Amino acid sequence: MRYLTARKRAEGKGASGTGTEHHWYMQASAVALAFLVPAFLYVVGSAIGSSHEEVLATFSRPFPAILTGLTLYAGVMHFNKGAQMMIEDYARGSMRKALIIFVIGLSYTTIATGVFALAKIAL
Amino acid sequence: MVEFALPKNSKITTGKTWPKPQGATNVRKFKIYRWNPDDGKNPSVDTYFVDMDNCGPMILDALIKIKNEIDPTLTFRRSCREGICGSCAMNIGGINTLACIYGMDEVKGDVKIYPLPHMPVVKDLIPDLTHFYAQHASIMPWLETKTNAPAKEWKQSIEDRKKLDGLYECVMCASCSTSCPSYWWNGDKYLGPAALLHAYRWIIDSRDEATPERLDQLEDPFKLYRCHTIMNCTKTCPKGLNPAKAIAHIKHMMVDRAV
Repeated sequence: MRYLTARKRAEGKGASGTGTEHHWYMQASAVALAFLVPAFLYVVGSAIGSSHEEVLATFSRPFPAILTGLTLYAGVMHFNKGAQMMIEDYARGSMRKALIIFVIGLSYTTIATGVFALAKIAL
Repeated sequence: MVEFALPKNSKITTGKTWPKPQGATNVRKFKIYRWNPDDGKNPSVDTYFVDMDNCGPMILDALIKIKNEIDPTLTFRRSCREGICGSCAMNIGGINTLACIYGMDEVKGDVKIYPLPHMPVVKDLIPDLTHFYAQHASIMPWLETKTNAPAKEWKQSIEDRKKLDGLYECVMCASCSTSCPSYWWNGDKYLGPAALLHAYRWIIDSRDEATPERLDQLEDPFKLYRCHTIMNCTKTCPKGLNPAKAIAHIKHMMVDRAV
């Protein structure tokens, strides 16, 4: 039990001074993904049914390789920030912080794995 | 974690069924949430029958009739009876609205009435709005100026005055905030649609000189950015206002000054 005034409870610790950057990043990455995902699906779609060597050759070319890298980075970072927002919605206290750390770790691991695989194919 | 189920002492039980009015032919059934902090019991839903041939057309008319003629212990807030004071906000047939301007004919079947959702209940249909009002106070709902006050008045053009339409009409009934899932889960930090609509009303007031401070105060992942544009607020507003649009405008201003 704490004897706090309603105003003190409402004010809390005040504004953190962040939020707009996150909001802007989500908007910008959503617009980027609106172009990247269809182009990536087109590249992947046109490679379906090809032999292993032909697929490797496709992703060795600059445009499909760079497109794949960009889609991977923008998509995973969009997921990262979106998942962080979802965790902030539903989790509290230490659980909230732990889950956010987990999602950040998962995102960077996914990006690193994807970039490694892509580099191995393309280079 | 967020609580997805009611705590044990909030589980609703079946309450008392009051007798039907004698001789009435046009009767409507009302199921109303009851909770008394003094008896230590769980909340219940009481059933009342109202003679519609001898009752006004609005939900509030029926509630007043029940209180006057059937059960004087039924507790609810009401004052102006014309949608101006915002006192009689409650959840009627699943919709947060004002009982005084919500017609009986707008509800199909039994009329189910609950207090505004996800707020502490004081008694029966009365929610505790202390935190909600404190959040409103925190956005400084008054004109802030730095220039010396003019001899006569702060002037405002007709165009600038028009920008306040659709904002100043808010009666702070809390229907919007209590319909917002983000406010349910994070109402301690998230200001909610009502307070943000009022914040925007002062941000775009041409006479107000505290725009940077007002925007600084909202620069927070919870105070403002918990709004996910679900738009329950706009759908439910009994005054037909659009808090979601006001919040979108604030976000737009935030991006404008940052990018």
